[in-house]
Amino acid sequence: MKENDVILRTVTRVVVFIILTFGVELFLSGHHNPGGGFVGGLVLSSALVLLYVVFDIETVHQGVPFDFRKIAAFGAMVSLLSGTGAAVLGKPFLTQGFGYFDLPIFGLTELATVTIFEAGVALTVIGTVVTIILSISKDV
Amino acid sequence: MVKFLMLISLVLFSFTILIAVYRIIKGPTKPDRVIALDMIGVNLLAAIAVVSCILLTKAFMEVILILGILSFIGTIAFSKYIERGIIVERRHNR
Repeated sequence: MKENDVILRTVTRVVVFIILTFGVELFLSGHHNPGGGFVGGLVLSSALVLLYVVFDIETVHQGVPFDFRKIAAFGAMVSLLSGTGAAVLGKPFLTQGFGYFDLPIFGLTELATVTIFEAGVALTVIGTVVTIILSISKDV
Repeated sequence: MVKFLMLISLVLFSFTILIAVYRIIKGPTKPDRVIALDMIGVNLLAAIAVVSCILLTKAFMEVILILGILSFIGTIAFSKYIERGIIVERRHNR
């Protein structure tokens, strides 16, 4: 029997971008509001899982040609290095700093080094979740 | 008055979720259970919206969005499993 899933594929092409936008918004709002690197990474990886479910593995790998195990390792390394910088400067390990800068478009903005740490956490979560999903589904 | 109506709607949503749980446990076929799971997701979402209206807060909006996304992906995965027997394919053959 030949399946016809054109509605699912068309809806997914739009919904994936909505989910990705929401994940980035959760990631960026994690400084003062609910959210953060872990939840943002989970939502971003749910968008990738939706792509893997609707399309197949080879089609997604043509568009997203990353090895997700390496992404998880890279995220853990980014988090570790963001904490090591404070240890080099004489502060305790994982001490974070922030400052207020006058950016051209955004005006006076608070920039914090926690964002680098959170980016590492998000990359680790994305790599781990996608690796788990692909490993579970590989039995057939 | 409006708050009383919201409380009544919360009770009714909970009752609907109980009915869906009965259908998940009892349901004769797999599509019944999938539809009941989707129904639990939608009713939970509506109940959270009513709760955030009662508490006069906007803190639950992200919860609603994440629940909607996860319920959508779960329903798609279950229906693909029922139709094809495999969720993530290596190569799409048509």
